[in-house]
Amino acid sequence: MPFAAAGLGQQFLDSFTFMGNNTSHLLHDTLATIALSGAALGVALAVTLPFAVWLGHLHRGSGMAIRIANLGRALPELGLIAIFLAILGIGFLNVMVALVIVGIPPILANTFTAVDGVDPDVVDAARGMGMSELWIVFKIELPLALPLMFAGIRTSALFVIGASPLAAIAGGGGLGEIIVNQASYGFDGVLAAAIWVAALALLVQALLALLQRAITPEGLKAQARARGEKVVVGISDAERAMEATPSHA
Amino acid sequence: MGLLIAASGPVIPNFGGASDKCAVNNGFFCWNWFTQHWGSTFGPAVVQHIILTAIAVGIGFAIAFALALLAYRFDWMETPIAGISSFLYTIPSLALFQILVPFTGLTRLTVEIALVSYTLLLLFRNIVTGLREVPEEVRDAARGMGLTQRQILLRIDLPLAVPAIFAGLRVATVTTISLATVAAFVVDEGLGAPIFDAISRGNFKTEFVAAAALAILLAWVADLLLVALQRMVAPWAAKRRSSVVPRSVVRAIRGRRRPISAVRET
Repeated sequence: MPFAAAGLGQQFLDSFTFMGNNTSHLLHDTLATIALSGAALGVALAVTLPFAVWLGHLHRGSGMAIRIANLGRALPELGLIAIFLAILGIGFLNVMVALVIVGIPPILANTFTAVDGVDPDVVDAARGMGMSELWIVFKIELPLALPLMFAGIRTSALFVIGASPLAAIAGGGGLGEIIVNQASYGFDGVLAAAIWVAALALLVQALLALLQRAITPEGLKAQARARGEKVVVGISDAERAMEATPSHA
Repeated sequence: MGLLIAASGPVIPNFGGASDKCAVNNGFFCWNWFTQHWGSTFGPAVVQHIILTAIAVGIGFAIAFALALLAYRFDWMETPIAGISSFLYTIPSLALFQILVPFTGLTRLTVEIALVSYTLLLLFRNIVTGLREVPEEVRDAARGMGLTQRQILLRIDLPLAVPAIFAGLRVATVTTISLATVAAFVVDEGLGAPIFDAISRGNFKTEFVAAAALAILLAWVADLLLVALQRMVAPWAAKRRSSVVPRSVVRAIRGRRRPISAVRET
């Protein structure tokens, strides 16, 4: 085992040499990965958010939302890419559609749960003050739902970026091109690309957390601080919200 | 790793035997070809896939359970364990399988190490949270009745944590089934093998669709079996959870200082 550890250490160092020698190549592929994941996440958000917020606002379809989310969770990324290879052929579109499906479940489950779970007394008070339904959604429910919603979006980003290297199998480009092509880039290259993907995932997590902090209303932040709570909740909370399926009917 | 990437240059198509017209024309799904190759390709792949998953979830559960008990007993251990397992979770699967190859070779061991490391975060988090969510009053009552620490753990904490533990097991199993398809990148096993085979044949659709559909089916069946198992192990849990999200989670996230009954039931 000590030999293996020393070997991995050496490989690790070599991978940084690779990064130094191939920076422009890696950056180019990273941009492709960002474009692919970003497009997939964007489409997933655009499709899911309005639907989930609407369902949550009406407090309807809880079983359906969570069931779709869980079924979605069971879809293997590689399997999706394979099916879309059969339908759409090789290329960006195929992989993007597969990644959209990978990205939807956490957003759906968390957004629904968050909006559905907003304190009904608060919504009642808002209604009593004469707020319209749309106003209630944007001014009351969404701000209160933000922490859990963002936990879902961050989980989704993690899933999508994590699955993005598989894109290379179907000609989707990005850092996966290096990861699947050890013959050309060597072990150092594979390791370097893997480190970049992991770093990208962590970086996006951090950026999303900052974004969440920026758009959370001051009042809510002050309230959270007063209670000694975190403004930004972790991925694991989102995971748990997803797992909390009502037992299969 | 003698596999062909779909995008890398021309491949001479070779879609099954010449006798099957549907397969030769690369139809979307050729039932005949599928049934002819069930015995040689898909059947064994399903069995291998189940074995890969069962070993990974089994070992992952054992490790996560031990770690969770440690973190439950010693609070300070939770952050480092969660941090390391989160980091493992962010490494792309396709890469992790390859990174291990120089040390453990193109073997099942390589695949299992990677798969186990992906289950840790999901299982560890759920077991710890499940244990932590046991109401303090219940523990107090147990202490008052004279139960020892160990008895409280075995008779109070663990049974009450069963729903959370099963929730973790379900997600971990489904995720492992999904990731095990990627394992075919390093070993010729599981339902990923037909997918890579289909690529090397020049994108043979029937094989893509069949392998993917079987993987999805397998995930759903495994999930249903775990639900059934939970009902057997903890029949009380099904009744307790009527809301979409356990109230404790909603409370934890929103930080409500309100009576539980005020949280909306759906």
